[in-house]
Amino acid sequence: MTVATIFIDNAPREVNPKQNLLHVCLSLGYDLPYFCWHPALGSVGACRQCAVKQFRNEQDATGKIVMACMTPAAEGTRISIADPEVVAFRAGVIQGLMQNHPHDCPVCDEGGECHLQDMTVMTGHRQRVYSFGKRTFRNQYLGPLVNHEMNRCIQCQRCVRFYREYAGGHDLNAFHLRDSIFYGRHEDGVLESEFSGNLVEICPTGVFTDATLKHHYSRKWDLQMAPSICVHCGLGCNITAGERYGTLRRVVNRYNHEVNGYFLCDRGRFGYEFVESSLRIRHPLVDGKPATRSEALERFGAVLRKGAVIGVGSPRASLESNFALRALAGPDHFFAGVPDEESRLISAMVRILRDGPARSPSLDEVEHSDAVFVLGEDLTNVAPIMALRLRQSVRQAPMRLAAGLHIPEWLDHAVRETVQDAKGPLFIASPYATKLDDIATATYHASPDDLARLGFAIAHAIDATAPEVIALSPELETMAAKIAAALRGAQHPLVVAGASCRNRGVIEAAGQIAWALCKVGSPASLSFTMPECNSFGLALMEAPPLSEALRTVRSEPVSTLIVLENDLFRRAPANEVTSLLRGVQHLIVLDHLGNPTTDAAELVLPAGTFAESDGTLVNNEGRAQRFFQVLNPSTDVQESWRWLHEVSVAAGSKSMERWEDLDDLTATIAKEIAAFGALPKVAPPRSAVGKIAREPSRYSGRTAMLANISVHEPRPPQDPDSSLAFSMESGPGPVPSSLIPFFWAPGWNSVQAVNKFQSEIGGALRGGDPGVRLIEPSRESVWQYFSAIPPAFKSRSGEWLLIPVFHIFGSEELSRHAQGISQLLPRPYLALNPAEASLVGAKAGGRIKILIEDSQFELEIMLRADLPRGVAGLPAGLPPFDGIQLPLFCKLASVGTEFSARGVL
Amino acid sequence: MPTLVSHPDEVKIISRRFGAGAADIEKYLELDGYKAVQMAIEKGAEWVINEMKISGLRGRGGAGFPTGLKWSFVPKQSEKPKYVLVNGDESEPGTCKDHVIFLHDPHSVIEGTMIAGLAIGAKMGFIYLRGEYRYLLKVVEKAVADAYAKGFLGKNIFGKEGVDFDIVTQTGAGAYEVGEESALMESLEGKRGVPRIKPPFPAVVGLYGGPTVINNAETIASAPHILLMGGEAYAKVGSERNGGTRLFGISGHVERPGVYELPMGYNLKKAIYEVAGGVKGGRKLKAVVPGGSSCPVLKADELDVGLDFDQMGKAGTMLGSGGIVVLDETVSIVEFALRTIKFYQHESCGWCIPCREGTDWLKKTLTRFYNGYGNKKDIANIQYLAENMMGRTFCPLGDAAAMPTLGFIKKFREEFEEYLEGHRTEKALITTEEMIGAAH
Ligand SMILES: Cc1cc2nc3c(=O)[nH]c(=O)nc-3n(C[C@H](O)[C@H](O)[C@H](O)COP(=O)(O)O)c2cc1C
Ligand code: SF4
Ligand code: SF4
Ligand code: SF4
Ligand code: FES
Repeated sequence: MTVATIFIDNAPREVNPKQNLLHVCLSLGYDLPYFCWHPALGSVGACRQCAVKQFRNEQDATGKIVMACMTPAAEGTRISIADPEVVAFRAGVIQGLMQNHPHDCPVCDEGGECHLQDMTVMTGHRQRVYSFGKRTFRNQYLGPLVNHEMNRCIQCQRCVRFYREYAGGHDLNAFHLRDSIFYGRHEDGVLESEFSGNLVEICPTGVFTDATLKHHYSRKWDLQMAPSICVHCGLGCNITAGERYGTLRRVVNRYNHEVNGYFLCDRGRFGYEFVESSLRIRHPLVDGKPATRSEALERFGAVLRKGAVIGVGSPRASLESNFALRALAGPDHFFAGVPDEESRLISAMVRILRDGPARSPSLDEVEHSDAVFVLGEDLTNVAPIMALRLRQSVRQAPMRLAAGLHIPEWLDHAVRETVQDAKGPLFIASPYATKLDDIATATYHASPDDLARLGFAIAHAIDATAPEVIALSPELETMAAKIAAALRGAQHPLVVAGASCRNRGVIEAAGQIAWALCKVGSPASLSFTMPECNSFGLALMEAPPLSEALRTVRSEPVSTLIVLENDLFRRAPANEVTSLLRGVQHLIVLDHLGNPTTDAAELVLPAGTFAESDGTLVNNEGRAQRFFQVLNPSTDVQESWRWLHEVSVAAGSKSMERWEDLDDLTATIAKEIAAFGALPKVAPPRSAVGKIAREPSRYSGRTAMLANISVHEPRPPQDPDSSLAFSMESGPGPVPSSLIPFFWAPGWNSVQAVNKFQSEIGGALRGGDPGVRLIEPSRESVWQYFSAIPPAFKSRSGEWLLIPVFHIFGSEELSRHAQGISQLLPRPYLALNPAEASLVGAKAGGRIKILIEDSQFELEIMLRADLPRGVAGLPAGLPPFDGIQLPLFCKLASVGTEFSARGVL
Repeated sequence: MPTLVSHPDEVKIISRRFGAGAADIEKYLELDGYKAVQMAIEKGAEWVINEMKISGLRGRGGAGFPTGLKWSFVPKQSEKPKYVLVNGDESEPGTCKDHVIFLHDPHSVIEGTMIAGLAIGAKMGFIYLRGEYRYLLKVVEKAVADAYAKGFLGKNIFGKEGVDFDIVTQTGAGAYEVGEESALMESLEGKRGVPRIKPPFPAVVGLYGGPTVINNAETIASAPHILLMGGEAYAKVGSERNGGTRLFGISGHVERPGVYELPMGYNLKKAIYEVAGGVKGGRKLKAVVPGGSSCPVLKADELDVGLDFDQMGKAGTMLGSGGIVVLDETVSIVEFALRTIKFYQHESCGWCIPCREGTDWLKKTLTRFYNGYGNKKDIANIQYLAENMMGRTFCPLGDAAAMPTLGFIKKFREEFEEYLEGHRTEKALITTEEMIGAAH
């Protein structure tokens, strides 16, 4: 990086000349107020709050007021932040903003973490001079997730810029003009964007606030907080969870430059409510009845003594919990709790990343890709933040046009005006139309096998030594050549795929393209989405799939099955699960929400959710990240690994004795499984860091909040596993980035306090972003091209290939039980191409009969013209169909008719 | 059609076809129409730009930027298409000159657009009319259609192989701010009428991201005349560094209001007293707003000044858009200041804080003041609010609101103070309505 010297109030400072003055001033730690600027959105110069005085040279004593966010930090620039005239101007701007502001801080949800409050105090505007009436607006209903209170608006434009320009939404806009600009929808209604929750943080005032927090509101300063990881998809966005009075109150973004940056998706932000769902298991259940802790442990011990045990792990449980079960059952008797096909696919993805030359990029690297090919994935619904990152990636290539005109990247609207609708290459090949299609260069919707064929054809077009696809249509040939050319011509090409199509060919084809690119000398990245938050981690344990568990039960005397945080009825058809359960005498389940598997268990132990646990998850990049407990461990609920440890010690097993705490456990895992060698480095051990308070220094009511029970203030709960303390007291010394419980700095109460934790604004957290990559591409060129190219898909007469259609709300198991999100779930349906609907007498909105294997269902019909012929769609993960392992062929019949005899197998 | 005024001192260049039925293409052709553009095709872009530079023509939209220079800024090579934009948004109060051009001589605008296009290498032009000029759209659209029918527009114009030019017309939706060139481009692109940051200037990144020349309709309509008479001859008509003539709209308390074409540098006092026939009913002149409502006011003893960009600047005001508004002794400056700020408040696009909130606060303060509930502090506050906007807003609309306000306070402070004494309304309780006036 080149460095420029600028003078701030006559002090020479070294800065990055590629940035603007506001950016560098904040990076240097100056408190310069701002509103419309945001590090992820760039500068537009609207609010005029960041004014500084610029001088032409040392002799210039007059200077000129300029907007810091609009002025490059060019070599030799001389500015003053402290100049009295500009100080007065900044106070004047705040005065203008506060003119119509309702001053309702005491009843405003934003109060105490409001950027407007912070900036008002910072500029020193105290006295109200304006003596006229205030304008008022009508607020809108925007759905169960985001609340609207327009009177607090300061018209900084950030919401609309984020929602429309950054996130590609359409249904939020600025209306009208002058001092009556209104930000909202054209009419009341649920916000359509999957990223609407970010308005809560993007808006510097209390216009957009978290509607789920409203049900159990608490001020930020009253929240006990801890660093955590989102469990609602495989990307592992970093979150901060907040607790008060023993319940989880909310989730906000926890900045990690490499992973989620400043944003979360709505599933990730609002999914937390499942923790307080009525399905929550808070006490042990023995034979279906509530039991005490010791009764439960006793039963567990008794069962263990009776005979052989097998354990089924889970891709939504931490590495530590999976490992503990593996240790208890023994590595040969530990099975990955995922369906066989999915297990094979995930292993294939891990192998491709480990044995081949293509690297899995961080999400920040995804954003900086300049040509992208998405194969088989509906990213907005499967890996939402990756979709948001890709929305920015298509700006990379056209941005060079602006750079050529010397328009800096941060001058946002100038760049957008220059670039207009130009977009960099993004090709999407998926079984059905996705929300990202609107920014795609070209799309291709086809059956999974055909998608794979296109992928292999692209690889062949990049490197002729990659196997050729036989009998490819000329159109696909052309498309493959076009995509190949775009990827080859890019500086940072990226291929994205995943297991959503449940098709091995798709995954191998994606790998093939990335490898072909690497082979011809292009630094290609390869990003696989992962179905669940720890799918990658579980795969690294290399446990056999679920069917092996069944085989073991059949071939060996197994008396007990222990299921870890897993509803087996989602993993396999009900008959298979039932035969597995029948094969054992005892079923023990550790989980946090009631489900058919816990219903069938003899013993249920209340497992901690992410909010009650410490543990490690491995995201789709292969990055291991630690989450920490935020709820007081005052109930029976605890980490599954802790339950298993307790039982095992009680049963006299030696293997786990040595684990006193999390650090012991991670050290053991690192020693036993080579892939996890770096696990102890994911966060510093407890012994290395002083106490870190989970509670802000202004936390209120500490001595009073339990006084109705006892006036004696209890000793704060101890945390044996981390340096984080359930108290307001912190030791001296900096907080390591992986342990930051919340972002706060003097004068910076809002989320934007993150400024004070970054090495450079918008860059890495000081000390490096949290997380450790567990996987790097192979340096040896031992890999070989895949040669199993599937034949073209042939539709079958009278049968449809049923594929999963993903929904951000509904397809994921836990968030479905969040109160807000539960209002937004789709109803089960069958999607069909309208051209084929008439074959079975189907009409939009009508119902249809469907025969899957030997079960019949009746479903609502949804017509989707984007579905390929011979393919039908079923919402993924939605009960009662969540056990059906797609894709498979099904038969359809109109309601009232019978399936033909041949139809029933 | 409003009657045309005239005066012997007028030098009719732009207005020479006014009243002659030149909206009809045949008539226009009879009166040397479409000759200039053919000369331009013959002689090439460099010649055109050179003539424009020599002519000393400065933008008639208000800022007075040299037109030839502006055209020369457009890069020769461009990946994206280039465009010519005609700014016919004419919304500055007191301004009504473009209107007569569109009405009487629409082909001159078309021809000028084509000349500008040839000069910068654009193949497409847009004529943007203010929303309230919808009735003029018919005239302009007919003229464009006639030009197409004659083969003057479209492909291979005037039978010249490979010379193409298209014109599209568009109206605004009634916002003053879209007269600002970058907001106009946003509007034309179908977006909110909010200004863009400069740089990049339109010559580099303009409409749809392409290099764009945007000129006022009168500027554009002057181009064919300049080519016909030669840049040098045109320059000679005007004053130093202010070539040619311009249309002045003289309104307010004068005997013969109307649009007059006077040479640049013509004396303002003469324009009012001789050309426009003096103050109506022989009353005393109190003040003059010389170039559209955003220009600082001149008092009666400040009128002996030449009407060009430089002399008006020296006199502490601006030539602006050429809309001269004459106020006689019956006018209350307080009321006039209120009327002025009401306009700018109403038209603030809302993008930036000092203008959006400042104009609103100013309007409310002046309304209360005017209604007799003012106090001494108000005068200082009015000044403070206006100063807080001056030069510090995102686009010049903030200045356009601040400049006249500061002018009124500076030159008529005593009247404000007297008003305070003379119109004090004492009431124990006043309603919010009364206090803020009709706020919205
Ligand atoms: C608030 C505002 C409103 C304006 N309105 C007009 C207008 O209505 N017509 C116009 O020609 N120029 C208007 N302008 C000036 C234009 O921005 C631009 O300078 C002009 O069109 C350039 O043309 P010229 O060089 O021929 O003068 C306005 C400027 C501002 C700041
Ligand atoms: S709603 Fe919030 S983000 Fe949007 S303009 Fe108003 S204050 Fe800014
Ligand atoms: S993208 Fe995935 S990890 Fe990130 S917030 Fe959404 S659900 Fe959570
Ligand atoms: S000064 Fe600001 S608010 Fe006013 S019109 Fe210009 S951009 Fe809009
Ligand atoms: S932050 Fe610079 S103008 Fe808004």
